[in-house]
Amino acid sequence: MKKIINDPNQVVTEMLDGVVGAYPGQIKRIPDTNVVTKKDAPVQSKVGIVSGGGSGHEPAHAGYIGKGMLDAAVAGEVFTSPTPDQVFEAIKAVDGGSGVLLVIKNYSGDVMNFEMAAEMAEAEGVDVAQVIVKDDVAIEDRDGRRGVAGTIFVHKIAGAMAETGASLEEVKAVAEKVIANVRSMGVALSPCVMPASGKPSFELGEDEMEVGIGIHGEPGTERKPLASANEIATELTKHVLEDLELSGSDEVAVMVNGLGASPEMELHLVNRKVQGILQEKGVKAYKTFVGEYMTSLEMAGCSVTLLKLDGQLKELLDSPSDAPAFRS
Amino acid sequence: MAFTVEQALNWLTKSNEKIQENKDYLSELDQAIGDGDHGINMARGFDEVVKKLDGNDYKQVADVWKDAAMTLMSKVGGASGPLFGTAFLKMSMAAKGGEAVSYDAFIKALEDGGAGIKQRGKATEGEKTMVDVWSPVVKQLKEAKDFDAGLIRDSSKSAMEATKDIIATKGRAAYLKERSKGHLDPGSVSSYYIFQALSDCIEGEV
Ligand SMILES: Nc1ncnc2c1ncn2[C@@H]1O[C@H](COP(=O)(O)OP(=O)(O)OP(=O)(O)O)[C@@H](O)[C@H]1O
Ligand SMILES: [Mg+2]
Repeated sequence: MKKIINDPNQVVTEMLDGVVGAYPGQIKRIPDTNVVTKKDAPVQSKVGIVSGGGSGHEPAHAGYIGKGMLDAAVAGEVFTSPTPDQVFEAIKAVDGGSGVLLVIKNYSGDVMNFEMAAEMAEAEGVDVAQVIVKDDVAIEDRDGRRGVAGTIFVHKIAGAMAETGASLEEVKAVAEKVIANVRSMGVALSPCVMPASGKPSFELGEDEMEVGIGIHGEPGTERKPLASANEIATELTKHVLEDLELSGSDEVAVMVNGLGASPEMELHLVNRKVQGILQEKGVKAYKTFVGEYMTSLEMAGCSVTLLKLDGQLKELLDSPSDAPAFRS
Repeated sequence: MAFTVEQALNWLTKSNEKIQENKDYLSELDQAIGDGDHGINMARGFDEVVKKLDGNDYKQVADVWKDAAMTLMSKVGGASGPLFGTAFLKMSMAAKGGEAVSYDAFIKALEDGGAGIKQRGKATEGEKTMVDVWSPVVKQLKEAKDFDAGLIRDSSKSAMEATKDIIATKGRAAYLKERSKGHLDPGSVSSYYIFQALSDCIEGEV
């Protein structure tokens, strides 16, 4: 293992210091926690948006803090859900009197820890609502699906909605609408190595790829011979489209997300094919995002996400965000 | 026999020892069907529990369990943090009041702890989670009349081993469907260490 680290047990806290150091005008850290918030949190009478999860997915989640997106991000240990007390600190820090929405990815650890934090906050009289992102079509059972790159669109659109002065209920409703219309699927070409264990998350031969991978180095659903960019794009897009049931005149937002070690060049090759497939179907790519949005340490590979849009979602997607990892 | 404060402290200290010794093994098990962090999470959390308990003068078993619960909840993270944290919190609530805990009260506490795990995880038996150790162990201990180190050791061992053949339907291993078969459930193995530690610390005192 070759990593640019100091002490493997200090990577998360040192990374957060670095993030704050990079955006000192925008982001601050709550002392003695692994919670980072907007510099001006809480924003009075705006619904606060809190996201978070294990670390190792950078720029998620701290990079999405900004006007028009998240108010706070809670960082757990690498690939490990943060604890309820930390999430609770984030909720308290961003509650401007209009309540707080928790954006949770569908992993049992995240769901339980965030739910416990919500119970703690409710006991203190804070209005809390939660949405659970489950966009990974690699998992057949809809309720068991993981939350992956589609989460970024939930951050963006819920964040934009909160800026309009909408109520907690309205912000939650639009977040649910995104969740109902977003689908992703990913592939890995190489595993990732957790700093604390120093070992690869799984073994993958030179000529193999793991299809249906999540974002934690957990094995995928199927192992296949390594395929070309066109074939990978076709396979991922096929599964996403099958599940999303688009028709001719639909418009979508596209995200081709790098998992950490695949060069942007390769992501664009994948995007080229994705765009071709959408054109063939007569589906319009309203906006496309290519880059690293939700990574898995140094895993090579990518995911393809499609979000079916309507007028409201388009408007909220277009509205301004000054989050370091998602400016619009 | 009654379960004393000293034994409660001893139980957690021994649990920590077993978890530290097997930290890498637990992570390896999690690597096969999860995300490889289970040993790291448990080792971090139990180390903090021992630190928290050290030097405190406890009057009740319930207080020991409460401090353990709070520490596990705030230091472990992942799925196992809230689950073990909830288990010890429910046990603490059930054991409140007395200095030492009678066998019946102890079993009631374990039963509540197991129920807490099921409720928090929305899981039931047969889903390849730590519930598959807690439930059968509690069930077998309920039939005994007094603390029985051998019974605790054997029932937890066979329950832990039986998780190998289950196809996971909860937790990360569920993503693998049939591929989860043939691997032990990491949370069940750490639960087994906790019950082994319990067995060790009551052995010779019955
Ligand atoms: N819903 C559940 N109910 C009961 N037990 C569960 C549930 N989900 C997971 N577990 C138990 O937790 C163990 C995994 O714990 P671990 O600390 O590795 O959490 P994790 O799932 O990796 O969490 P995270 O996703 O935050 O990393 C499993 O082996 C299983 O015994
Ligand atoms: Mg794990």
